Amino acid sequence: MRIKEHPILTFKIGRRVEFSFDGKKMWGYEGEPISAALHANGVRVLRRSIKLGRPRGFYCAIGNCSSCLMKVNGEPNVKVCVEKLEEGMVVETQKGKGDLSTAKVNPISGESSDIKKTDIAVIGGGPAGLSAAISANQMGAKVTLLDRNSKIGGQLIKQTHMFFGSEKQYASIRGIDIADVLADELDKEKTDIVLDATVLGYYREDSVLGIEQNNKFIKIKPEKIIVATGASEKVLSFPNNDLPGIYGAGAAQTLMNEHGVAPGDNVLMVGAGNIGLIVSYQLMQAGINVKVIIDAAPEIGGYWVHASKVRRLGVSIYTSYTVKKAYGKENLERVTIWQLDENWQPIKGTEMDLDVDVACIAVGLSPLAELLWQAGCQMRYIPEFGGHTPLRNEDMQTTAKGIYVAGDVAGVEEASSAMVEGSLAGLCAAKSLGYDNGRFKELREEAINQLKDLRSGPVSEGIRKGLKQLIEQTPLDVYYLTG
Amino acid sequence: MIEKTGVPTPEDLARVFPPKERLQKGPVAVVECFQRIPCNPCYTACKRGAIQEFKDINDLPKIDFEICNGCGLCISKCPGLAVFIVDETYSEKEALIKLPFEFLPLPEKGEEVDALNRKGEVMGKAEVVKVQNGRYEDKTPVIFILVPKKLSMEVRNIRLRRNSYEQ
Repeated sequence: MRIKEHPILTFKIGRRVEFSFDGKKMWGYEGEPISAALHANGVRVLRRSIKLGRPRGFYCAIGNCSSCLMKVNGEPNVKVCVEKLEEGMVVETQKGKGDLSTAKVNPISGESSDIKKTDIAVIGGGPAGLSAAISANQMGAKVTLLDRNSKIGGQLIKQTHMFFGSEKQYASIRGIDIADVLADELDKEKTDIVLDATVLGYYREDSVLGIEQNNKFIKIKPEKIIVATGASEKVLSFPNNDLPGIYGAGAAQTLMNEHGVAPGDNVLMVGAGNIGLIVSYQLMQAGINVKVIIDAAPEIGGYWVHASKVRRLGVSIYTSYTVKKAYGKENLERVTIWQLDENWQPIKGTEMDLDVDVACIAVGLSPLAELLWQAGCQMRYIPEFGGHTPLRNEDMQTTAKGIYVAGDVAGVEEASSAMVEGSLAGLCAAKSLGYDNGRFKELREEAINQLKDLRSGPVSEGIRKGLKQLIEQTPLDVYYLTG
Repeated sequence: MIEKTGVPTPEDLARVFPPKERLQKGPVAVVECFQRIPCNPCYTACKRGAIQEFKDINDLPKIDFEICNGCGLCISKCPGLAVFIVDETYSEKEALIKLPFEFLPLPEKGEEVDALNRKGEVMGKAEVVKVQNGRYEDKTPVIFILVPKKLSMEVRNIRLRRNSYEQ
């Protein structure tokens, strides 16, 4: 199950360590997620559902969905998709909700009076957040960059393909390398990078962010906040869609490209958008067989060049097809797909059975906007952007004073536009605090023009429609919030 | 149809193929890019100015086939892996194709491999004459293969006849 050789990646692995799973001895690599180590040992069932006791595995693999909760060293409800493996760990299948009364739990501790001040807090160190920090630094502002992961880069660190766009958005460079380029561009003297730090809430009354880091509660009082928390993968409803082996396509990508573990042997890809097509290609690069790519829509949603790449490998794409049902006792064993008519209704008699141990769901992302809701930002449901999206002006300022947004949380789009949005938010947040290196006007205009160019083509029709709705509904006074 | 299948139709291809007369003169780029998407690295990669500057980043690439000399610098820079070089003057019976190949194991010079079309179907065999895999290619190696001349516009991928995963 470990990927031995890869055309793009070399996997950095830690020390071999022993751990136990439900009393059985197993081996893994120190520092990798517990779920990756279990997967490499052939274990995909991580817990049982609370009411019916159904087997459950992970779905998102990046700490969003809570489908992977297990008991680790006696502590229940541990997200094993992000919890790092250590020597001698005792990992157990979690049944039910987990009992805290007998659990060995370390409560979060914190020094209540200690509040750290900063010009701008950037929440999320992906392409948008990194670009925001870089631009804010450039203007002269001090930034605290918060990320709940152990390294910056967000989801760039699993993108092995070359990016589109122009040189300005690092076109032709692989996502994994863009993460390094952006990290290098950060002004280390002006940016404080705080890793393994989860922002738990925003306290409007005092403009304070509450953060958990290594079981400690810390507080930061920023002048401005840029939320760049990204998005999470959507699910698709069909019978038995909770079987272990049915993963978000991005989760499969995390497992294979970040942790070097193959999600399985034979894959059904559900969704022919860019993520579905790109992950299919990357599965094949990792030596994993993709049986077929299906999409309920009558046409391929992703770039045709990505579709042609997988077709040349002999992988078929069935448009107007969806999942009827998944089968398997403890793990996914088989999926039945069927065709849809022009009204998206299934056609009886078109069923096809596929023997697959993995089904990747690539039916879109939705903004990870919880913090924005809590901060009181006005939100609108914009289907073209994947869900509830914050109202904001052209400078990425939301309806909550001092809170800016950038990247997928501001509406799901491509990484290239996420980086430009980040730059724009960083520039404008810094400027509103009085920072300007003399180039603010020029750089702001350039960013706005880049976004216009990237979104001007036929593939961005939905984005333009979504943006129009957002900008039109954003109250006029928000336009005066930026300095 | 490409919007349903991912495979360009003969009509799609006719719009991007170099003219027959040009193919008879030597190596030339065939850019199989059919959709207006925001992307322009082929233009920035071309040192000869054969790929015209994009007025709008969503434009389709426009190539001046008289300026293009088939150098292939654009192959590994196209994020869509949509550029191929075809040389129909290689020999009397064979054409040379340069194509991107991001898989392991890499073929070796002199190796006989399956020649695949745009659907991944085996069209026959090809002989690998060169594997270009340097810093510039940056993990998108360019494979030079020889195919029967009549397949020069059909073959767009290769498959190794050995399988490393069983070794």
